[in-house]
Amino acid sequence: MIQGIPLEHFLIVSTIMFFIGVCGFIIRRNLITMLMAIELILNSVNINFVVFNRYLYPDQLQGHFFSLFIVGIAAAEASVAIALIINIYRKLQNIDVENVNELRF
Amino acid sequence: MTGYAYTILIPMIPLVMFLVTGLLGMKWKPIVSGLLGTIGMGTSWVLSLITAGSYFFGGHHAEGFQTIIPFETTWLRFTETLHINIGVLLDPISVMMLVVITTISFMVHLYSLGYMKGEKGFARFYAFLSLFTFSMLGLVIATNIFQMYIFWELVGVSSFLLIGFYYTKPSAVAASKKAFIVTRFADLGFLIGILILSFVTGTFDFGKLTEPGTAIFGSAASMSFMGISALTWAMTLIFIGGAGKSAMFPLHIWLPDAMEGPTPVSALIHAATMVVAGVFLVARMFPVIHFQAPDAQEIIGYVGGFTSLFAAVIAITQYDIKRVLAFSTLSQLGYMMLALGVSGYGGEEGLGYMASMFHLFTHAMFKALLFLGAGSIIHAVHSNYMYDMGGLRKYLPITHITFLIACLTIAGVPPLSGFFSKDEILVAALHHNKLLFAVEFLVAGLTAFYMFRLYFSVFWGKDRHYHHTPHESPLTMSIPLMFLAVASVFAGFLPFHHLVTSDKMGFDTEMHMAVAAPSVLIGLFGIAMAWILYKKESAVPEKLAQRWGILYTATYNKFYFDEIYLFVTKKIIFNYISRPIAWFDRHIIDGFMVGIGLVTEKIAYQIKGMQSGQLQHYAFMFVAGTLALALSLVYFLM
Repeated sequence: MIQGIPLEHFLIVSTIMFFIGVCGFIIRRNLITMLMAIELILNSVNINFVVFNRYLYPDQLQGHFFSLFIVGIAAAEASVAIALIINIYRKLQNIDVENVNELRF
Repeated sequence: MTGYAYTILIPMIPLVMFLVTGLLGMKWKPIVSGLLGTIGMGTSWVLSLITAGSYFFGGHHAEGFQTIIPFETTWLRFTETLHINIGVLLDPISVMMLVVITTISFMVHLYSLGYMKGEKGFARFYAFLSLFTFSMLGLVIATNIFQMYIFWELVGVSSFLLIGFYYTKPSAVAASKKAFIVTRFADLGFLIGILILSFVTGTFDFGKLTEPGTAIFGSAASMSFMGISALTWAMTLIFIGGAGKSAMFPLHIWLPDAMEGPTPVSALIHAATMVVAGVFLVARMFPVIHFQAPDAQEIIGYVGGFTSLFAAVIAITQYDIKRVLAFSTLSQLGYMMLALGVSGYGGEEGLGYMASMFHLFTHAMFKALLFLGAGSIIHAVHSNYMYDMGGLRKYLPITHITFLIACLTIAGVPPLSGFFSKDEILVAALHHNKLLFAVEFLVAGLTAFYMFRLYFSVFWGKDRHYHHTPHESPLTMSIPLMFLAVASVFAGFLPFHHLVTSDKMGFDTEMHMAVAAPSVLIGLFGIAMAWILYKKESAVPEKLAQRWGILYTATYNKFYFDEIYLFVTKKIIFNYISRPIAWFDRHIIDGFMVGIGLVTEKIAYQIKGMQSGQLQHYAFMFVAGTLALALSLVYFLM
């Protein structure tokens, strides 16, 4: 399926995804959206792992396994983050990140 | 050498007594501490007498006395060659000092049972006395100069504690501080001297240092500083330490003030034992001083001579009975130093050395007696001043007789002990230095005069108005007086020239009538002058004082030495050295440190706004930073 698609295209897609994620994380105020932005960042990294593995070392599987681990960790992280967000919601009645600013000077 | 192992007990018993009475004394009745200290001291005394008996009189000493080290152990080991030992060394002078110290200390312990009765801090007093005795014994039996230095400082501390015994009296506190600072200042010289000496010779050991004809000074001759050889420096500096403890001019200022302490303390520390530590030190180092640093020996002789004259002159004008005795002590210490200064080495030549030790011994007896007698008078009259006293011979018969004996002894009336020892010193001075002989001859007359001035104005003359009739002291106080009086009378017959000599070999002396007769005559002349002027109340001394006007005032004020010292320290050192240094410390060094703190605080205050608590802020900073780093990396690497 991917024969004929050069490596650069994959990298361009993943870079775009990465920066969309970063921008989303910085710009959006909604915690859930920020969490989604983080998922975007993680997945762009996953793409890189898989693609480099496929193109540079086709007879090895480290990249694939690494991306599987990242998926697992992302799932765990999402569950913890959502638990936190729920608690924040209970406390503040919204999930706007600008209201979570107790930890400062 | 075996057989002397028990000598270690002599200093250890007072140490144990110090610990026991010091730690537990509060819980007991005061008298328990007193008795315990006295019994312990008595044991030490008996042991010392046994030691002296078997050392001096047990066995044959044709080839001189051996130096015996019954006990020695390494105390601090730095390297194989640099280590400090601690031990017991017995040779004629240390055995003699053991006897002197334990005798006087025991007498003072006994005397204090009566004198200090009912005082606050009775147990503390006995603890300090024991501490002092321990330190002093450790000092004289030191096997090496460093052990001596350690005990030297301990002696200084116990002296400080005892002078300041009445710590609620500001004058006592000031006096104790003065004594401590002055002697400590001198000890700095001592320490530097030790360091130079041990650097040159590579040893602390007295045995190696004082061995005649030793080769350890071989390399020293070439070393010099400012044109004076290293050993002369070392010996002069060590002598400064000794001069501080023995209150030689110009470091004498602390001793008269030290009389603020209780009188038994003055008798023990500031008359008989601690103040002779300086003389003992010079005697201990004598072979080194005599052979390697003759210039230092000259200095010692002249300092001693000047001090004895200077102090004797001041003693004439003082009214505080203890101060008279203090200046008399200074004067007699000057005698001893001078005798060492004019002494040669070996046999007849070493007469000065032997005379100095002899005088040290007899002086300890009669000066302790004088102080204890003075204590007895003060106890009866409740005043230190001679013009509060008079006609006391009726009320204090024992004190009167013993005091008279002591006065006759110090005046050098034969056949009392002071006559013999003073005579030997005069002979030694005559043989080596005519000028110093003349000075000492004059001082002998002055001594007789001021002692009998004291005696006549206290025991004769008119009765004063006493608050209550003065009464003789209790038995615990009069027994030491009687014992010391007997010792003062008979100590002169000890054959010192066979026992304590510079090369540890005995030699024979005879009476030198040419010296003895004039010195007795000038002594008697001094007594006669005092008789005329002070036996009966008269206006003559007043008139004389007025005639001499300025000179009298200057002498009465001790030639303004205290004022000069105060001027030098307060006006010059404090103003021109200490204050600028303090300013530098406070403003430059402190300022720098405070500045660092202030700048940090200011900056922190300025930038603390960056920690806003906004998560996205941080994320933005993080990303921006990463980008900047990545870009700069790319820029620099490409």
